[in-house]
Amino acid sequence: MAMTATAGRAHADPHHIGVVIEHPGPAPKRTVTAYGFWVFLLSDIVMFSCFFAAYAVLSGQTAGGPKGSEIFEQRNVAIETVCLLLSSFTCGMASIAADVRNRFWFYLGMTVTCVLGLIFLVIEFREFSDLVARGYGPSRSAFLSSFFSLVGCHGLHVSAGILWLLTMMAQVFAKGFRADVLRRMMCFALFWHALDIVWVGVFSVVYLLGSGV
Amino acid sequence: MLGKLDWSAIPFDQPIPLIAGAIVLVAILAVLIWVVAKGHLPYLWHEWITSVDHKRIGVMYILLASVMLLRGGSDAIMMRIQQAVAYQSQGFLPPEHYNQIFSAHGTIMIFFVAMPFVIGLMNLIVPLQLGVRDVAFPTLNSVGFWLTATGALLVNLSLVVGEFARTGWLAFPPLSQLSYSPGVGVDYYAWSLQISGVGTLVAGINLVTTVLKLRTKGMNYLRMPMFCWTTLASNLLIVAAFPILTATLAMLLLDRYLGFHFFTNEAGGNVMMFMNLIWAWGHPEVYILVLPAFGIFSEVVSTFSGKPLFGYRSMVLATMAICVISFMVWLHHFFTMGAGPDVNAIFGIASMIIAVPTGVKIYNWLFTMYGGRIRFATPMLWAVGFMVTFIIGGLTGVLVAVPPADFMLHNSMFLVAHFHNVIIGGVLFGAFAGFEYWFPKAFGFRLDERWGKAAFWFTFLGFYVTFLPLYIAGMLGMTRRLQHYDVAAWRPWMFVAAFGVLILSIGVICQIMQIVVSIRNREALRDRTGDPWDGRSLEWATSSPPPVFNFAFYPDVRGEDAYWDMKASAQQQSLEHEPPEYRDIEMPRNSPTGFICAFFATIMGFALIWHIWWMVILGGIGAFATFVVFAWRDHDEYVIPADEVAAIDRVNLEERRGLVSMAGTI
Repeated sequence: MAMTATAGRAHADPHHIGVVIEHPGPAPKRTVTAYGFWVFLLSDIVMFSCFFAAYAVLSGQTAGGPKGSEIFEQRNVAIETVCLLLSSFTCGMASIAADVRNRFWFYLGMTVTCVLGLIFLVIEFREFSDLVARGYGPSRSAFLSSFFSLVGCHGLHVSAGILWLLTMMAQVFAKGFRADVLRRMMCFALFWHALDIVWVGVFSVVYLLGSGV
Repeated sequence: MLGKLDWSAIPFDQPIPLIAGAIVLVAILAVLIWVVAKGHLPYLWHEWITSVDHKRIGVMYILLASVMLLRGGSDAIMMRIQQAVAYQSQGFLPPEHYNQIFSAHGTIMIFFVAMPFVIGLMNLIVPLQLGVRDVAFPTLNSVGFWLTATGALLVNLSLVVGEFARTGWLAFPPLSQLSYSPGVGVDYYAWSLQISGVGTLVAGINLVTTVLKLRTKGMNYLRMPMFCWTTLASNLLIVAAFPILTATLAMLLLDRYLGFHFFTNEAGGNVMMFMNLIWAWGHPEVYILVLPAFGIFSEVVSTFSGKPLFGYRSMVLATMAICVISFMVWLHHFFTMGAGPDVNAIFGIASMIIAVPTGVKIYNWLFTMYGGRIRFATPMLWAVGFMVTFIIGGLTGVLVAVPPADFMLHNSMFLVAHFHNVIIGGVLFGAFAGFEYWFPKAFGFRLDERWGKAAFWFTFLGFYVTFLPLYIAGMLGMTRRLQHYDVAAWRPWMFVAAFGVLILSIGVICQIMQIVVSIRNREALRDRTGDPWDGRSLEWATSSPPPVFNFAFYPDVRGEDAYWDMKASAQQQSLEHEPPEYRDIEMPRNSPTGFICAFFATIMGFALIWHIWWMVILGGIGAFATFVVFAWRDHDEYVIPADEVAAIDRVNLEERRGLVSMAGTI
């Protein structure tokens, strides 16, 4: 726009602090999408923190039922953790492959991520069904309610993540590495890594602390 | 096959909900028939229902809020009449119905009136004030609106199919647990809030990203209009607080549906955890509502005083201080529930501290008016009415923030009067001020001033006649939510309050008349320049209503009060001398994703409430499929050619020419 610079500049620094950094204008779409998704992830972590808080409040309320140390199996949890951490690595590989537009490594990375995620889910499902079969279901005590909800909420997120992962693979297959597909891939990667971070919290607060008591 | 749903869900024996439901149904059918018969359906579908234009979505939010205001208002009228007549008698509402009414009144007024009204105004105005063409995520914006509408639909469905919660608007356990509330009322409550809560979260993420990442050239943080700042603060609170509501209601639902023990009396459940969680959301929620209203008043007071906002930076600081402190006061909602004197003292002090930034704001508005050339147009009346009313509400708030005083006033009518004083006097007056102020921007013609002023005075007066008696009744020991009572001393005050509701209703009628009259006289009230109030921020720099792309060029901002500066230095004129080079503009394409998503969410919510599991799965698959289909489309933008942009923009520049040259001389 043609404007006389001198007329406007008088107002640029109304409080005379001496520094005027002009805002460059709207951010590019990729930045906006990633930023919005970060904000969503923060809100999701707030939701998780409520379940963490509930677990912290209720973890001692066993109502005569089992304590954490009586039902947690560290070997299974170790395998779960390895699977999930490894899947974050392979997800990162898939992201890099997407950035360099390499279909083979993209599909490979996503497939391994998917398999690792599924292994995690199967182990978790077996842990849950085993507990229920022993009569230690979520309605047994407040402790078990909060345990099933916190771990289950994470599991639900992983399940949704796998659904998303498969959709992303299908999108790349059908549409190729289009700009909007790449943006979604970036969001998916952020989501998957965030689930890893939440799992580190679950692992520490629920399984590590719980095994000692 | 249909879960818990059968014919007994329809209250054939209760005339009030049945007749009300029938009237609403007939009204909806009549509107639908009119729309179809007149051939407006394609227009409605293409231009509104599937629209991803932030202005259209904002208008739809406000429309939803206005309709729900009538519903919540009818509940209020029934409650006031009930308490006026139910002295040593049962009145006309049986207890189980009365309890549903006060629960629905609170739920609807907060979630489906106040929330959509402020979110609608933010949607409508914030991108314009920031000088950009849309919000960060236009399609998600539409999804958010339609999910909010789904929640409202489910709450209103409970009027005729089944029942609503009888637990109050926050459904405290153990009353809201299955053992004490076995019906579907609490499920209606919880699922509609879960669904609309997702919609609110989406709106929050969208607006935070818009304010932080989409601003025009030179729109530094400390040049944003106050409304953008309060929008930022309010939506940060949405992002931080609404997940707490989602988690809390999820726990309550797990208790009810799957026999979990989060908030039960047995097996180690902890009822106080519900209080802490729900108020950790609930207190920020009141600031989510009132901060945008503060922003509206800032714009209105500054515009109608013809002065820049006094103490702009202190206003920004106060807004962000409220944003942070609002998370540190939640316990004052249950001082009486045994937290002990130390904890109570800390939260009492925190609650009093939050009055300080609010006081800063009041003084800033007063000093903005001081020495200004004040025009008492309708928006300004609402702003001044707010200042007077809100101070009273704030003072009674500081009073109940003192724990020993709160022990006397907890759950009394005094409290009811207090929060209506701040919500009506703050949020609703703010919403009305914003409505009057920005209506010309949205529709291209002003609202009738005579009816607007009448609406203000009746509402203002009606508010005091209704709620000051409730303070007194509370002082006389009357507790809230009484279906009937035997204390003679309360009765006169209940009569006065019922009379006050009558005055308030006249205010509402004036408001409706104002819209009707204004639409009829729209040619005389037409705003051709796009700047009917001699405004200061960028929304007035474009035509009314703005073109779909808002601005032909991203405005170049050089200071606070961006548009005022442009007018003062007559930059628009220099723009006319050298014909600008118009370029093609890309805009997001409309999409039915939001509407279809909400359709499936409605099915899913209804099925969950009535335990119709196959329908839940169907709804879930439908919603997921909708998203995949949306993700699959190849063209999500369309291009408005430069010629068309030029043609639209030149008309507005022509109309504005006289205005700009005039502003330059003042």
